Amino acid sequence: MGAKQTRSAQKYQDLTDKTGFSPEQIKNLHKRFQHLSDNEETISRENLEKIPALANNPIRKQIIDAFFDKRNQHQNEVGAFQEIGFEQFLMVMSHFRPPTLKTTEEEREAMRKEKLRFLFNMHDTDNDGTITLEEYRKVVEELLSKSGAIGLEAAKAIADAAMLEVASTNVPHMAPDDFYEGITFEHFEQILKGLEMESRMHIRFLDVDTMTMRCGKSKS
Amino acid sequence: MDLNISRRAAALLILCSGFSLLCGCRGEVPPKPTGGVTIVPPIKPDNGPQAYPEAEKSNLPVFTMDYPRIQIPFEITLWMLLASFAKIGFHVYHKITIWVPESCLLISIGLIVGAIMHSVHEEPPAVLTSNVFFLYMLPPIVLDSGYFMPTRPFFENIGTVLWFAVVGTLWNSIGIGMSLFAICQIEAFGVQDINLQENLLFASIISAVDPVAVLNVFEDVNVNEQLYIVVFGECLFNDAVTVVLYNMFSFVAEMPVVEPVDVFLGVARFFVVGLGGMGFGILFGFVAAFTTRFTSKVREIEPLFIFMYSYLAYLVAELFAISSIMAIVTCALTMKYYVEENVSQRSCTTIRHVVKMLGSISETLIFFFLGVVTITTEHEWNWGYILFTLLFAFVWRGLGVLVLTQIINPFRTIPFNLKDQFGLAYGGLRGAISFALAFTLPDNIGRKQLFVTATIAIILFTVFLQGISIRPLIEFINVRRTNRNLGTINVEIHCRLMEHTIAGIEDLCGQWSHFYWKDKFMKFNNRILRRILIRDSRAESSIVALYKKLELQNAMEILDTVSGDISAAPSIVSLYEEKKSSAKPKKKFLAADLRNMHDILSKNMYKIRQRTVAYTNKHTLPNDSQTKEILIRRHTSIRRSLRPGSFQSTMVPKSHKYFSLPAGQSLDLKFPPARLSYTDDHETLSEVAYPTRRSRSGRPTRSSSRAMMPLRRLDTLTEAPSVDTVGDGGRTDHGVSRTNSSYSDSHVAPRRHLNSSNDNDSGSVDNLRNNHHEAPEEEEEPQPSSSSPVWAAEPRDGTTRNPLLRRPQWNPKKK
Repeated sequence: MGAKQTRSAQKYQDLTDKTGFSPEQIKNLHKRFQHLSDNEETISRENLEKIPALANNPIRKQIIDAFFDKRNQHQNEVGAFQEIGFEQFLMVMSHFRPPTLKTTEEEREAMRKEKLRFLFNMHDTDNDGTITLEEYRKVVEELLSKSGAIGLEAAKAIADAAMLEVASTNVPHMAPDDFYEGITFEHFEQILKGLEMESRMHIRFLDVDTMTMRCGKSKS
Repeated sequence: MDLNISRRAAALLILCSGFSLLCGCRGEVPPKPTGGVTIVPPIKPDNGPQAYPEAEKSNLPVFTMDYPRIQIPFEITLWMLLASFAKIGFHVYHKITIWVPESCLLISIGLIVGAIMHSVHEEPPAVLTSNVFFLYMLPPIVLDSGYFMPTRPFFENIGTVLWFAVVGTLWNSIGIGMSLFAICQIEAFGVQDINLQENLLFASIISAVDPVAVLNVFEDVNVNEQLYIVVFGECLFNDAVTVVLYNMFSFVAEMPVVEPVDVFLGVARFFVVGLGGMGFGILFGFVAAFTTRFTSKVREIEPLFIFMYSYLAYLVAELFAISSIMAIVTCALTMKYYVEENVSQRSCTTIRHVVKMLGSISETLIFFFLGVVTITTEHEWNWGYILFTLLFAFVWRGLGVLVLTQIINPFRTIPFNLKDQFGLAYGGLRGAISFALAFTLPDNIGRKQLFVTATIAIILFTVFLQGISIRPLIEFINVRRTNRNLGTINVEIHCRLMEHTIAGIEDLCGQWSHFYWKDKFMKFNNRILRRILIRDSRAESSIVALYKKLELQNAMEILDTVSGDISAAPSIVSLYEEKKSSAKPKKKFLAADLRNMHDILSKNMYKIRQRTVAYTNKHTLPNDSQTKEILIRRHTSIRRSLRPGSFQSTMVPKSHKYFSLPAGQSLDLKFPPARLSYTDDHETLSEVAYPTRRSRSGRPTRSSSRAMMPLRRLDTLTEAPSVDTVGDGGRTDHGVSRTNSSYSDSHVAPRRHLNSSNDNDSGSVDNLRNNHHEAPEEEEEPQPSSSSPVWAAEPRDGTTRNPLLRRPQWNPKKK
């Protein structure tokens, strides 16, 4: 089915191998990509910021940043892109592939780690391997930003309490004057250990292209 | 030993009620119309035979007894009491209910009572007729499930739920019916006279699953959310399907000939019935929501509207012979959201309690009767038929789940694996509904007794065998679990974060799952529905947030008076100690704070992807302990402050453990006097003042009212008797402060503290205080459902080196 266009078939095949998406899904996403980029080869931040559906997402900035973050490309690079091509777009998307029934336990574990890393990267904006209190606060503030009245104070307090909690779970025997610098990835994993990611961090990428039409309409 | 005592009490009660029945059932029980669901107005048991006092007594009787007059309500009351006592009894020894589901125990008690009654040749009360069941016992059960449906997971899995509920039930009914019909052709069993229609009718009865016991188990072992909601939703909607089928088949069973046209009509009717019920439900739900808009002046009867409207929905649906279960479920689902915002906090609690109470008493009674009836009715035991019924019920359930999951899996983000499927299939217990349906079968069904026997057999079999074994099995095969009790702030934050991320990514890649529709609905809801249905139609978050802010300031004012680095931490300390003293298993971390945090997060964050609160099942009340915790915390902190120990200085050194009032300062200080005038005519506040005061006074803080008390705390403090612990100094101070006249004298003290901490903070506090002034005007009627973010009190910081992060500040053990 996906191989109708021979030209793109090969390209899709590569991407399939890299990202694990099916050719149909890639085709779908490609359409979306072109829609977003106005048929350019690459997407810039402005393209993404224009998406109306994203407008009232409180963490819009973080999400968009994640797309331009080289750490999310599985290539051990650091830094940020100015613009991303389709492949990078797919790579980021591939973090959210749901597991199938065939996925083994180890693979699940790996996927989980990957997703956690994705989240961690969202927090860790300066890429120093730790989430500092400031970074954490920032995210919590953004999270609460849409609710208006709750205010910065509460956000701060939440972040502080959360940080405190991380510190207490990970460093149980802290000397009174110790200072907890920030959450490392290991600690991050630790605090989210029991949390089920399966139902939360997955998107069922559609095989069939049903939504593009509607989406086009709603945009115009 | 409690156990012994209550056992004895239970035994006593059984005896006593046995006696009462003994003498009671001699009296005639009014014949109730049997037969299918009719539109005949019910004979209310309460209005039973109104025997008039025997006339023409010559003298004025000194002592008379008129048992027949009260017989019916009296007996009903006794039965209910007996069943309820049984329930109490089970929970005295906690371990029983872990390993043996409650329904098993109820049935067992019922069996015992039945045996007693049987031994004295007593008939069971003929209470359970078709009308009584359908008009009085079923609605509470369904309302309960509908009202406490976990909305978010339900709508996320609605496709699967409906798929299993509708198609699965059809599959089971038709499958079992057909195979039983095939069995009936075998001569050896001697049941050739059961025709296809009757078999189908019977099959539809026993395909209603009622997995209360399973849900309890699932909840205990934290089975994954998807499985849980599918079982929950299935049981709810397949009741509807079953009742529809039952009515249809019992109609068909009476027809001499079935023509093909009838089949199509039946199918059409099926949809009319289902969708019609839904329509009525939505209609009445909105009407109920709209009505509660205007009930602010008549709080007393507020809860009544909820029940009356849902019941009305049920009755009207019954009137038109459409699915009344669907009607009441959709009604509950529709109105819940709006009603809970309109009504006061206490009404909300009342509604929840009463819904729970009615539901669980109704169910208890049915199980109980099941036990009684098992013994006391005459049975027709047919090995072949009954065993094959069991077999087919089991096989078709298993097959059905297997096949239906294969079909639905490609449409699910998280497919069901084999273990989940096993859980689904094995969770198919039959229960109260099946029994009641069988018991109310029309009498013209030839083999009614056999059907009743077979139904009871299958219920007993599934409830006892599967019900007891499902826990070990689920634990053994290790079904994927969702740890729902992860009560940490980080988890909460990250759940949010993930939801938003997913929502964002979905928006980004331009495909909309249920989020898209949710989004659309929320927009519609906010623009139109809320405006019509909710009294205070301002965007919810603003009022809630405002209210929270008040709470927050309240908390802060407690905190403020302490110098140094107070934060959430000290409040944790006090809470923790409170917990310890109440010998609770110590939770790792500030349960109440988390709940508050959860509350704030869920109330205030991106509305569209709101998480629901924890599951509630039929037998647990919704968690409304948040406010209680806050009260506890507040009181503890206040109490601490009144302790002699904390008197030393107002400038408490950093190491102090309590957030507290420096001695001799009252909380009134910072409250502008203007506000006090507001509070008096303030309904919620004043109504709330009482429970707080009470809980403060040393009683176990079991104030079930969730109402908040944002401003009036002052009074509660000053009037509370536990000031005693302090001694005279404290008392006089508070006495003075109660008069509100000592306003100025210590007003300086907190200021001093504030100034001593960094400027940043005092500024912010001042801001907050300004808000305080505005607050009462805005706060016409504080919206319910908020809890105070006490923890959220802003720590004085502004530096990365947050003192918070130093452990001893909050570690309760270092004392």
